[in-house]
Amino acid sequence: MPLFQPYSLTVSEVTRYLRQLLEGDELLQELWVEGEVCNLSRPASGHIYFSLKDSSAVLRCVIWRSTAQRLRCRLQDGEAYQVHGSIGVYEAGGQYQLYVDQVRSAGEGALYLEFMRLKARLEAEGLFDIERKRPIPAWPRCIGLVTSPSGAALQDMLNTLRRRFPLAEVILAPTAVQGEGAPEAIAHALEQINAIAHPDVILLARGGGSLEDLWAFNDERVAYAVAASPAPVITGIGHETDFTIADFVADLRAPTPTAAAELATPDKEDLRAELVERAAGLARGLGNVLFVHRWRLDGARGRLKTLSPLGQIQQKRLRLDDAARRAFQAVEYHLSLQTALLSGVKLHLGALSPFAVLSRGYAIVTREDEAALVKQVSDVAPGDKLRVRVSDGVFGAQVTQPDE
Amino acid sequence: MTELTPIENLSYEQAYAELEAIVAALESDQRPLDEAIALFERGQALTQRCSSLLDQAELKVRMLNGESLSNGSDEA
Repeated sequence: MPLFQPYSLTVSEVTRYLRQLLEGDELLQELWVEGEVCNLSRPASGHIYFSLKDSSAVLRCVIWRSTAQRLRCRLQDGEAYQVHGSIGVYEAGGQYQLYVDQVRSAGEGALYLEFMRLKARLEAEGLFDIERKRPIPAWPRCIGLVTSPSGAALQDMLNTLRRRFPLAEVILAPTAVQGEGAPEAIAHALEQINAIAHPDVILLARGGGSLEDLWAFNDERVAYAVAASPAPVITGIGHETDFTIADFVADLRAPTPTAAAELATPDKEDLRAELVERAAGLARGLGNVLFVHRWRLDGARGRLKTLSPLGQIQQKRLRLDDAARRAFQAVEYHLSLQTALLSGVKLHLGALSPFAVLSRGYAIVTREDEAALVKQVSDVAPGDKLRVRVSDGVFGAQVTQPDE
Repeated sequence: MTELTPIENLSYEQAYAELEAIVAALESDQRPLDEAIALFERGQALTQRCSSLLDQAELKVRMLNGESLSNGSDEA
């Protein structure tokens, strides 16, 4: 035995390598495989295990529970199917297998091809053009329903319309929505409801079902009837994931019948809220008008006051009062000025008065009988009586002898 | 309020459209006071009308029956 044997991989390493190889291959990650189902097993886990086989090979397949729950067609042993998925490796089992995410019966596969052909043709005819789509009226007065009279879709739509927009009138054009003759029946119902009821909008609806169940909506007669409808058409067919030819032709596509009813109508509660807002706007508007009028009134009242006869008298009285006050002030000023002048003159006069000299010891002598001043000796004779004025009064005197 | 007053004959849509116009008019232009008050009163009546229409509305359902309409209430 050589000391160093060729390097050997572990089982895990080989398996992981194979897994990377297979899972890295683009073709193997996205493929449709057709074959006959065998060894179908549905354990309690909810996953589905089976094999697809043809005359010379077998492919193991798994459908996980989450996928299994939304499968529309139920697998049966011995039947032929087309399955879609990706190839992966289950390391613990040493197996490669197909992880399936879509299943269709072989018949469905044929339908799918037909669907694609019709879709391409109608698209080329311009039936799906965006310019063809008409606006949905915001306020449908009359809503046409084209659906089965016994289906859950009808009740769903009626409940929704009743809750959201009970102001509308609903016209039901009952029609078969699946089976033989359904396409003609649907097309006829569309024509009839337009001709008789003239609805503002039409809801073309059907609840969920298998691809075969929805097949009537992939018929070109229905497509042309939708395109020819004078009223805009909203489709609500099947579930979220279902697309039919009618959906492509419709003016608006809703995922479900309930959603179609919602898209066709305003909500009552929104209307109520709008109404409250409008009522508030009304009060605000009147408030503004009142404010402006009051403001103008105040201005006018002010101007009127000054212009009125009474106002003018008041104005004149004010002016008169003002003039009187100023005249009075002028007189007062004049008087005080005169008083000041007068007292100055008095002082001056005092200095000139002959009586002022008396205080210095002079006397004024007059004859008693007459007021004449005695100025010379010759004015008097002995015995004459005289009056002598000194600073503080007058006394009598008699001439004794003249002294010449 | 008698049935002859025109406001009672207005649909929700008509009444609401008129209400919107009145609010816009009151909010934008100046107008004589009596006109403004008349508009306000009309607006209030319209609000009432819309409100009661919403309150009283019951979805009318009829069914196409061949060439005619029947008052089909097929509530299941």
